[in-house]
Amino acid sequence: MKKLLMALLFAPIVALASGVGLHLDKAPDVQGDKAALQSGARTFVNYCLNCHGASFVRYSRLADLGLSEQQIKDNLMFTAAKIGEPMRIAARPDEQKLWFGATPPDLTLIARARASEEGSGADWLYTYLRSFYVDEKRPTGWNNVIFANVGMPHVLWQMQGLQVLNKEHKLELLVPGTLSPAEYDKQVADLVGFLVWMGEPEAGFRKHLGFAVLAFLVLLFGLSYALKKAYWKDVR
Amino acid sequence: MASNTSFEKYKSDGSLQGNLLEWFDARFPATSMWRAHLSEYYAPKNFNFWYFFGSLAMLVLVIQIVTGIFLVMHYKPDASINPNGIPVAFASVEYIMRDVPWGWLIRYMHSTGASAFFIVVYLHMFRGMLYGSYRQPRELIWIFGTLIFLCLMAEAFMGYLLPWGQMSFWGAQVIVNLFSAIPLIGEPLSVWIRGDFVVGDATLNRFFSFHVIAVPLVLLGLVAAHILALHEVGSNNPDGVEIKKRKDANGIPLDGIPFHPYYTVKDIVGVVVFLMVFSIIVFFAPEGGGYFLEYNNFLPADPLKTPPHIAPVWYFTPYYSLLRAMVWPLFGIDAKFWGVVAMGAGVVILAFLPWLDRSPVKSIRYRGPIYKTLLALFVISFFLLGFLGTKPPSYSFFGVIPGAPVAQILSAYYFLFFLTMPWWSRIDKYQPEPDRVTM
Repeated sequence: MKKLLMALLFAPIVALASGVGLHLDKAPDVQGDKAALQSGARTFVNYCLNCHGASFVRYSRLADLGLSEQQIKDNLMFTAAKIGEPMRIAARPDEQKLWFGATPPDLTLIARARASEEGSGADWLYTYLRSFYVDEKRPTGWNNVIFANVGMPHVLWQMQGLQVLNKEHKLELLVPGTLSPAEYDKQVADLVGFLVWMGEPEAGFRKHLGFAVLAFLVLLFGLSYALKKAYWKDVR
Repeated sequence: MASNTSFEKYKSDGSLQGNLLEWFDARFPATSMWRAHLSEYYAPKNFNFWYFFGSLAMLVLVIQIVTGIFLVMHYKPDASINPNGIPVAFASVEYIMRDVPWGWLIRYMHSTGASAFFIVVYLHMFRGMLYGSYRQPRELIWIFGTLIFLCLMAEAFMGYLLPWGQMSFWGAQVIVNLFSAIPLIGEPLSVWIRGDFVVGDATLNRFFSFHVIAVPLVLLGLVAAHILALHEVGSNNPDGVEIKKRKDANGIPLDGIPFHPYYTVKDIVGVVVFLMVFSIIVFFAPEGGGYFLEYNNFLPADPLKTPPHIAPVWYFTPYYSLLRAMVWPLFGIDAKFWGVVAMGAGVVILAFLPWLDRSPVKSIRYRGPIYKTLLALFVISFFLLGFLGTKPPSYSFFGVIPGAPVAQILSAYYFLFFLTMPWWSRIDKYQPEPDRVTM
């Protein structure tokens, strides 16, 4: 009876684990690779941090990526901001709305916000940044396969080159960029890795701590179970 | 507990601690309460797995209160936009996550605690249904429990607005708008609830006030009443037999054991196992796959951008499905109104369970095939309603079976299960209950 009940409890969950939607490429996990995250940070401050802010991340936090304060100042800070200040941009949100039609979102949490049933936020971003194609009908001249009529132009186009949609609605590289497709994918993977790190800088520490907490609880379980056994030995 | 002083007062043995306790006990029912509720509260000795969830619900309540106290130290209920274009409330949550030492842990414990609360409470309620814990003489415990469940829903709903993300905002918008479907008073009522024509700063501040003061106070009072009522009549057990019927010469139930130390040491084991599961979520999957922290809620609230799909958090989805199942206007009143009625009735009907159940035995162990089958179906339909509530109405199973009519059939079953219970609980086959509990 008990087993039957448990089986019935979980049957619907198993039966319903299905879903269809847009296909996302799997983003390589670079969270353990400090060099990759540093490279992502460089791409971020050079290409993204003009229109998009990351207003919850202080520059000093980039030290978590294995950089000294001086290295951060020399390589990643192009404004008069102080090292303890967050990664803001010069343009005001209301001005941006006027210029672009929409305010480019703050990117601090974008990797967490873009997660869905189709894949992680990293997968979405990794696919998105590799899916721009030339579209003369759009005001920016760019469109995107997984974000139709996107407002953002392809800011990384010099690296990737020009992609077009062919007759089978597949992306095709028309003019090569400064990077080979494999190099570009790596560049984007690093950038996405940085965006993921930014979404929760404590995530690595959180997981490490989790193992310690669980180890403690396993010990505590042994003790508490022995205590219970000792007290209950006469109850029958 | 007949009176505060039904137990003998403590007599000092002459030591300093002894004198102190005697002084204290003469002025406060310390010994008396200790004995009435712990060391001489006799609980049946045959509690099983399902009996952990009451104490665990208390543990989660404490976790929520303590983490909540620390969150309030840095959280700001403010919907205005900061210079970076982010609402202050949303930014203060991220401030807690990043700049407050250990803030991320406190916040994840609180957000995971919300889901954990509903998990243990649902299991606690299901235990009541398995063993007939709501039956005479425990009807009032069950009613207090239903009120706690209602309070918990209000608490969770208002707490969910506070991070001021997209789902916070639009979830609140959808639910408060439901009240506008009530004839005549609906529109002004919804404005009165929000304090504005849209969900805004006034709404955020009043929800904050309710979430941290009003509802927790009521909740604590109800929990105290729930436990006092329980200790007045004594606990039920998996056999559903009354242990007070058979007592020894000292008036102690033969099948009873003192809550302390027996169940305190047992519940500690339950607490540790619970904390393991809780920690696995907090440390390794705090988003709970998008069910505990919805992905869309990492975007700040934007009143001008409606998300394509607004889903409540998982613990509301079975009731959300009941709400959506009502699609027909009745008596010239909007279908939305009947949806609200269905959702409310879905919770309130639980309170009537003690009078709907007419079986001669309490526990599922001695009940017949009708109850076992219908209860199993009830559990499945509750899960399916919950699942469908997370999906848009256009969802279909494997792309072929449309979800909306399935949800309607399951909603009908939800109510029929209760409403027809007086009939089928009487005609079911039963086995005789034993005289004493079985281990």
